[in-house]
Amino acid sequence: MRVLAALSGGVDSAVAAARAVDAGHEVVGVHMALSRSREQFRTGSRGCCSIEDAGDARRAADVLGIPFYVWDLSERFEDTVVADFLVEYAAGRTPNPCVRCNEHIKFQALLDKALALGFDAVCTGHYARLVTVPTADGPRRELHRSVNLAKDQSYVLAVMGEERLGHVLFPLGDVASKDEVRAEAAARGLGVSDKPDSYDICFVADGDTQGFLRERLGARPGDVVDTAGRVVGAHDGAYAYTVGQRKGLSIGHPAADGKPRYVLQVEPVRNRVVVGSGDELEVDRIMADDAVLFDDAVRFDDAVLRDGGASCDGGAWFACLAQVRAHGDAVAATARATPGGHLEIVVDGRLRGVAPGQSVVLYDGTRVLGQATVDRTERRGSIAGAAR
Amino acid sequence: MRAAAVDAMTRELTSTGNPSSLHAAGRAARRRVEESREALALALGARPSEVVLTGGGTEADNLAVKGLFWARRVQDPDRRRILVSAVEHHAILDPAFWMAEHAGAEIVLLPVDSRGVLDLDALDDELSAHGDQVALVSVMWANNEVGSLQPVREVTARAHRYGIPVHSDAVQALGQVPVDFAASGLDAMTVAAHKVGGPLGVGALLARRGLDLTPVLHGGGQERGIRSGTLDAPATVAFAVAARLAVADQPVAADRLAALRDDLVRRVRGAVPDAVLRGPDPLVDGTARLPANAHFTFPGCEGDSLLYLLDSAGVQCSTGSACQAGVPRPSHVLLAMGVGEDDARGALRFTLGHTSTGRDVDALVEVLPGVVERAQAAGLAGRAAAGAR
Repeated sequence: MRVLAALSGGVDSAVAAARAVDAGHEVVGVHMALSRSREQFRTGSRGCCSIEDAGDARRAADVLGIPFYVWDLSERFEDTVVADFLVEYAAGRTPNPCVRCNEHIKFQALLDKALALGFDAVCTGHYARLVTVPTADGPRRELHRSVNLAKDQSYVLAVMGEERLGHVLFPLGDVASKDEVRAEAAARGLGVSDKPDSYDICFVADGDTQGFLRERLGARPGDVVDTAGRVVGAHDGAYAYTVGQRKGLSIGHPAADGKPRYVLQVEPVRNRVVVGSGDELEVDRIMADDAVLFDDAVRFDDAVLRDGGASCDGGAWFACLAQVRAHGDAVAATARATPGGHLEIVVDGRLRGVAPGQSVVLYDGTRVLGQATVDRTERRGSIAGAAR
Repeated sequence: MRAAAVDAMTRELTSTGNPSSLHAAGRAARRRVEESREALALALGARPSEVVLTGGGTEADNLAVKGLFWARRVQDPDRRRILVSAVEHHAILDPAFWMAEHAGAEIVLLPVDSRGVLDLDALDDELSAHGDQVALVSVMWANNEVGSLQPVREVTARAHRYGIPVHSDAVQALGQVPVDFAASGLDAMTVAAHKVGGPLGVGALLARRGLDLTPVLHGGGQERGIRSGTLDAPATVAFAVAARLAVADQPVAADRLAALRDDLVRRVRGAVPDAVLRGPDPLVDGTARLPANAHFTFPGCEGDSLLYLLDSAGVQCSTGSACQAGVPRPSHVLLAMGVGEDDARGALRFTLGHTSTGRDVDALVEVLPGVVERAQAAGLAGRAAAGAR
């Protein structure tokens, strides 16, 4: 196959590209420039768009003996990932920019361009497995968690949907540990073998998300209130808070029960942040939008409604595991698809701190069943997390 | 590199001796450097003492912009304006803007017409309005992207009426068109070895005798005190050999390359009818453009797609300039010529060299229509996905 290897300048993507070369593919390396102007190219080691990273990506391609190019996707990145990040926070929601980047940039803009230029697939250093299973309609690709569960990134990849799985390669899906990847990089003579991992949001300098939001959205002071509506503190912009957040609340006097308080709700219209006890964060029902479903068995066809199924308000309930954050545990749940591309999820126990805007991914064992974006949460019959 | 230059450089590398040393080995090295300086001067229409050796074209440009500005401003504090054409190389534009930020200079970008040729009327207007406030003018001999030759002699004549020194970056011109420093009337001129088949990392600023030039590099006082630093004898010797050969070969080589280039232009237009030639049309005026240069924009294509597709088909060309991270950027030259940003993204520059033949043009024309079609599809894929959001 002709494979386009996305090289971030980090160790994972470099080893993934090396494995694609070993597998006999014709590999071309591309580094995506995502920062808007050349003045914004950061010089630090963090993030995915610094000059250092572009240089490291180039050196990795040299070592692998593959052609290398830098493609400018900064305009698309700003229009989709960064714009979504700002709009979501401004609406009191909590976006995951890595999910949006995979959705709009890596597995759309980059993949579409690659296919148009004659490539068969895009290869990345993500930790996830692709499994091909035979079906009556021919082989079908499934997305699974990586062997190394601690590094698993299927959560941020599920958004790409089933159709695109046929055009991607994740050569690191079966590695046992990051150490194995680093050792392999060193053995291959890749200089990035001991490069530190990146954790921050790549377009937010120094990991200062609050500062970035304040700069782009402007300060908007307001009240922090308790569930009874009493003012207990002040904030510079409700958008800077996330459901479940405990730190940085700057509340003057302690709660009556002396227990820590958390953000329960962000109300952008009233510009209020509602705080309460940890117990009040617990939810057991999630309503989510923009569902992407991988398995026919769990899909719900809107056509059923049009065909006269007036009494039908959704698909069949199915058992699954639900995961609501990148590095959180999946919990047992039942879910069903509902009209308009929604998902309704009822968890067996309770989940804490589920914010609107977060991604929820459903699994059957290690297999991804679907993905959607949290719209609101409910608990014991009361609506807890809707952004008002 | 030219074989004769490689030979000369290799021989020199085996000799020891710092040209600044006074012992026998040093004197011998010095002699070879000075002979090379004389050969360079002869090839460039300059006197040996006017040749200031540098570590390449960028350093010579920096020395010209900064050195002329500082020297002229000391003589006359009102002279703060630096006039440069809007299509200069970054080696001129960036030091000029740096001087504006750090040394109190004011930058005036002189406009060009749609062919990328300096607008002399705009220069006249600027000079008649602010002639006594101008520290220097720098206009390149030939543009590196679209190949347009600039009216250097006309610029020099006009600026001198106001007592303004004129510099020209002739890096692209040397060996391609006749370059004579004395006849040009210039006060300073930049040349670089690697553009004439010499080594990388050596060049020269020709500085007219008596020209006041403040040094940028300070140290051992080499090169008339204008450019300190141990002289690179092997590179200098090879530079001189290459420059002499390039200038000697120029008339014949230019005729051959211009004919080949004209054929390329005709056939690219035939193969891709919506390709737009940028810069002076060589089929209309054969003397307005560098002989080995052709430049096109391909509507609906992005430069990085074209670059990849041609590269993988064995055709090496250039999309213009890239940022530090390697991102192709819409060319400031095309934008200055009035080309829109979208069209500027689909730019390709073809440069022919002494090994280029008609077969290379055949190979290009054979793959180009398919490449452009595919690049257009890739561009559409990008736009469609963006629109569907």
